[in-house]
Amino acid sequence: MQDQPTASELVEAVADFIRNHAMPQLQGHAAFHARVAANALDIVKRELDVAPTANAEEASRLAALLGMEASLEELNRELCRRIEAGEVGLDTPGLKDHLWRTTLTKLSIDQPNYSGYRRALDEEAKG
Amino acid sequence: MTGGSNPIEAPLAEVVKAHIEGTTGITGLKRLSGGASQETWSFDATTAGETVPLILRRAPGGSRPPSETAVGLATEAKLIELAGAASVPVPTVRYVLAKEDGIGDGFIMNRVAGETIARKILRDDEFANARPILARQCGEILAKLHSVDRAALPPLRISPAESEIAQYRNIYKAHGHPHPVFELALRWLADNTPPPSTAHTLVHGDFRNGNLMIGPDGIRAVLDWEIAHVGDPMEDLGWICVNSWRFGNIDQPVGGFGTREDMFEGYEAAGGGTVDPARVKFWEVLGTLKWGIMCTIMVTAFKTGADRSVERATIGRRSSETEIDLLRLLAPLA
Repeated sequence: MQDQPTASELVEAVADFIRNHAMPQLQGHAAFHARVAANALDIVKRELDVAPTANAEEASRLAALLGMEASLEELNRELCRRIEAGEVGLDTPGLKDHLWRTTLTKLSIDQPNYSGYRRALDEEAKG
Repeated sequence: MTGGSNPIEAPLAEVVKAHIEGTTGITGLKRLSGGASQETWSFDATTAGETVPLILRRAPGGSRPPSETAVGLATEAKLIELAGAASVPVPTVRYVLAKEDGIGDGFIMNRVAGETIARKILRDDEFANARPILARQCGEILAKLHSVDRAALPPLRISPAESEIAQYRNIYKAHGHPHPVFELALRWLADNTPPPSTAHTLVHGDFRNGNLMIGPDGIRAVLDWEIAHVGDPMEDLGWICVNSWRFGNIDQPVGGFGTREDMFEGYEAAGGGTVDPARVKFWEVLGTLKWGIMCTIMVTAFKTGADRSVERATIGRRSSETEIDLLRLLAPLA
């Protein structure tokens, strides 16, 4: 177990430093790249916060769907293989739900402001 | 960038003086951002009276090995001329560089005033009157573009749906990271490939925001003919509907500015033939997958060390955008 502050809190502090202290002193390309760097740290922070639980849930959904135990990456490779072979498809119980949950999680980490994600959340709330 | 320090400035000035009538030199040479695979330079030719705004399109560093999909700059210039003759708005090509000019492969064309940045076109007041007409214009322009006589075309790769799918499947497989949603899309595309188009035409291949020069009066020029090919004309109509090119305006499927119906009407009214919306949707799905795979391969350039920039690295985290778009297309929640 590590000490405080958490990795997530450290990353957040660095992102704040870049945005609020470094960026205002930069110009042109350097300012642009600083913004990109701060956005990348936001991704890291969200991944630190979300992925441990979400990845465990993804792995248990995959294990149930595929009927096997393996690492998360191996499970994903096996799912890919079965979709490609036509052994698993949208008519397979649980596949659509699994892909939606997994993809919504990816977007909540990668690009939570993306239009397609915002719309999907609205549609999910209505459905 | 100051004048004399640029090594292409002096030879470019000689080329312009020799081949563009009435010119006495050049000023204001600067490299424009954008165009990862080709260099684009802006400059003005001076004459006795006024200045002539021009663009140089040039291979990076003057030359590059031909890539699998890019047409080469001399071909690009020829396509622009043919499209212009078919009433597609394009910048007039003024001169195609020859070997003896000493500044590599490329061509000089007129610089058309306007805006290519989607966020400005979709939001700024300056374009408020243009926005409602853009989707129909896209349809009209694509109808003309697809009418270019195939017999007059320079040699181009022929790439119908099957070969586009195979090309991107190979890139995805070579990258190696598992994407179940991409597999689902590949499977759907294989199961839903429309029958071969009876009429293959010239296809622009990258007709979208960013490659359209737009003014307050509408579309002024179609740019970047680098990945043009011969194929299903519906490819161009599907590509501009990919959600990534709507830049947030998700309810305006054509480029974030208009409706499919307006684009299809414009296409048919300008002689483009009857539009099959299912075929356009097929190309929208394939286009969405293509962009997703392109985002993943950006990671390769980062991981191999070819480009260690944070910007390059983070593009890899945008492929998930296309996964949610693919799910909304193929397995909608509602």
